[in-house]
Amino acid sequence: MSPASVPGSLARACRAVQPGGPRDAVAGLTPPWVASPADTGEASALLAAATEHGLAVVPRGSGTSVSWGVPPRRLDLVIDTLRLDRVIEHAAGDLVVRAQAGVTMSQLAGVLATARQQLALDVPAGSANGGQASSPTVGGVLATGSAGPRRLRYGTPRDLLIGITVIRPDGTVTKSGGKVVKNVAGYDLGKLYAGSHGTLGLITEAIFRLHPLPAATAFVTAGYADPAAAAQGVAAAAGSDLAPVAIEIDRPARDGLVRVAVLLEGDPAGISERASLMRGVLGAGTATLDAAPPWWGAGPGTSGPGAAGREGRTVIQIGFWAAALPGVLHAVDAAGRAAGLDPAVAGSAAAGVLHAAVPGSAAPEDVAGFLAGLRDRLARDLEPGFAGGEGPPARASAVVVRAPAAVRDLVDMWGPVPALSLMRALKEQFDPGHLMAPGRFAGGI
Amino acid sequence: MTVQAMVPRMTEICGPDGVVTDPAELRTYECDGLTSHRAAPGLVVLPQTAEQIAAVVTECARAGVPFVARGSGTGLSGGALPRTDGVLIVTSRMRRIIAIDPVSQRAIVEPGVTNLSVSTAARPYGYFYAPDPSSQVICSVGGNVAENSGGAHCLKHGFTVHHVTGLQIVTPEGELAWLGDGTGAAPGYDLVGMFTGSEGTLGIVTKIVVRLTRIPQVITTLLAGFETTGAGGAAVSAIIGAGILPAAIEMMDALAIEAAEAAVACNYPAGAGAVLVVELDGPEADVRRDSAAVRALCQQAGSTEIREADDPAERAAIWAGRKSAFAAVGRISPAYLVQDGVVPRSALGEVLDKIAALAAASGIRVANVFHAGDGNLHPLVLYNDAVPGEEARAEEVSGAIVDLCIEHGGSITGEHGVGTDKSKYMTRMFTREDLDTMQLLRCAFDPAGLCNPGKIFPTPRLCGEVPGPHRGVHPLVESGLAEQF
Repeated sequence: MSPASVPGSLARACRAVQPGGPRDAVAGLTPPWVASPADTGEASALLAAATEHGLAVVPRGSGTSVSWGVPPRRLDLVIDTLRLDRVIEHAAGDLVVRAQAGVTMSQLAGVLATARQQLALDVPAGSANGGQASSPTVGGVLATGSAGPRRLRYGTPRDLLIGITVIRPDGTVTKSGGKVVKNVAGYDLGKLYAGSHGTLGLITEAIFRLHPLPAATAFVTAGYADPAAAAQGVAAAAGSDLAPVAIEIDRPARDGLVRVAVLLEGDPAGISERASLMRGVLGAGTATLDAAPPWWGAGPGTSGPGAAGREGRTVIQIGFWAAALPGVLHAVDAAGRAAGLDPAVAGSAAAGVLHAAVPGSAAPEDVAGFLAGLRDRLARDLEPGFAGGEGPPARASAVVVRAPAAVRDLVDMWGPVPALSLMRALKEQFDPGHLMAPGRFAGGI
Repeated sequence: MTVQAMVPRMTEICGPDGVVTDPAELRTYECDGLTSHRAAPGLVVLPQTAEQIAAVVTECARAGVPFVARGSGTGLSGGALPRTDGVLIVTSRMRRIIAIDPVSQRAIVEPGVTNLSVSTAARPYGYFYAPDPSSQVICSVGGNVAENSGGAHCLKHGFTVHHVTGLQIVTPEGELAWLGDGTGAAPGYDLVGMFTGSEGTLGIVTKIVVRLTRIPQVITTLLAGFETTGAGGAAVSAIIGAGILPAAIEMMDALAIEAAEAAVACNYPAGAGAVLVVELDGPEADVRRDSAAVRALCQQAGSTEIREADDPAERAAIWAGRKSAFAAVGRISPAYLVQDGVVPRSALGEVLDKIAALAAASGIRVANVFHAGDGNLHPLVLYNDAVPGEEARAEEVSGAIVDLCIEHGGSITGEHGVGTDKSKYMTRMFTREDLDTMQLLRCAFDPAGLCNPGKIFPTPRLCGEVPGPHRGVHPLVESGLAEQF
């Protein structure tokens, strides 16, 4: 098959195929073609054509995360899912919704709100290749496994996904799960696709379990000069019987105040009493707010939800056992000092997920030094000998979510990954031609 | 190599008291909770450590001998049905709770630890382990992981998969590996989520990191009697429609109530055609508001009597009838089949009517005890195995109920697993392509097909086989390295 026949093949598969431009770049790499399938049939035909011609494919929704992570090893075709934009079925009585992958989270929220329901994933808006802030798509949120502050109560996309349609690289349309919440028939492949960053196939449809919208919400905030005291506040809030839905921290600078905020949801009559009890748990200097503080869920080093001024930053996601919060903050400080940097830290402290950010003005070598120092301390310093050495060998991770090219070139974005050989075996089975987002994932998958 | 030839090496690995070869003793392992399928294992080993399991599996892989893992043997789908030509690996001697980390809300346990004992150990810290299958006093956490077990309270709190954040496994090739790091945010594919519910076909769990849940401030349990299951079903829809998420909503029909009364004298509302058990948990103000709302909605749906209990003893009394139901049905019928189909909650009324019609038409009685909140039916199809042909008719009714669930967009199994019992129904729910895709996972983990073979999938393709019609003999079969299961 000659390369000259590729455009013809793609055009036969899908009516909307265009040459790619700089705005279509995936982590800096511009695709020759961008295709926007109108339905599952076109999407399937596109992937079949890609397999026939050996084209490397990256799926894209709103594009809010295409600049993340490792660039693909090669890239021939971006499949844009934005035309797959139908909310197919909202079964309000069953608290279930079935939506196409290109539906945006804000579009979906609008539909669900009419029945006072929600998909409980408060994923922040992002921006595509420096463009306007936009809402991520259902498919993108699933593929990246993104979740916001309320992951503490509701979990991440994998916890709310109950059924999925995925097109395999050869064009085969496959389903797993279904439209009932309780279902253990067959392997739950949705778990595998959630967070797979497009490396196993193209997600075209998803079915989620929903939750009722809360009748009332309240935010309880506190500030701590001492990180250890902040960690104690977080642990006390998480261990209380006041049913916190989210517990976030924000620390703009190393020696600055650590801000803590707790989200409560529930009965309007009871929530103010619960908020005042939570203030007692958090200690001195607390307040109750009706709305989220400006830094809530916005990521590190920002006082507003916008994305302005964030280009060029390096953002690192740190996952850890929640009890290690003081150790993690200390590791960030020590590694930052050693590298001459002062990373901002924010995130879901009680759920064990924080983000650290270094500004774009930092020298790439220093950022690389910080990352290496951080990983070293996370591996070495967090309660060595925990569980008599019988627990998981690693109890924390540091993954670079996004970084400028100069940093990307210097570091291992994913870092050590447990059971990598099993992941490689999975990739071989699902995508033997290594056509789906090759090289974007952990361990070069 | 035959399984008998492995005895000396297995004795080296597990010790003389860790290997069972006596035929009479082997027969005690011939089935799990699904007693209609039986096969005495070729050999039983009772390892005490993860390393011993790894060594046992390594030997099996080397010898091409199939192996099956078993926890407490309470599974209801034949997931732990042994192989006569294989090794049964029983984890009942691995019962250590290795660590409890209340601040991280995690515990690390061995696979043989019973479900309830995790909650017991976590209680002093103010926590419990949320998944609560009815067999929680005896069933093992390892088995729960294999089956992705649910329970009455998964309506609000989720299934096993939502409460497991790390697994140490022995791969089907005999290697020890950690999946995930216990955080729930480990980099890479979600192998923990994928492994959970794989019914023992991707490896054997040797350690489990579980999530612990804060004991709620208040728990209250309501019991509401109705004249018909239809009225009870309407109440369920109204509760969910009002934006209330109870911890559990259970329903029993007249026949199930009758059986429970006979067994444990649960003193449910007299003459009720259906009862609902609704449990609410959470902050006190929320529970009080919701319980008032649930009472009102049940009344509107025609409830004849409502009781409420919030102290542990009274709550237990309400639950006694529900929890005894399966065993109780054994008293009113010599034999019964349990189905585990799921329908969308909004289709409950219609499906229950159709089940009643099926029962009437076939002359086979069906008792319904089920998780109404999530549409998970447990119709108990009653028959007398002494009457020729009755078992076959019961099977027919049972299969028709599965079809009903699929027709209404549901599932063939909500929490018991596919196992041996329901693999024949898989093609009714999934296409050939769907099943082949699931099989890719199997091939990544267990290319030789030795790990709990014959479960879940009706006629699995062998790994490496090209999709399309089957042609000739697979090279692995020809060379004796594998058999067509």
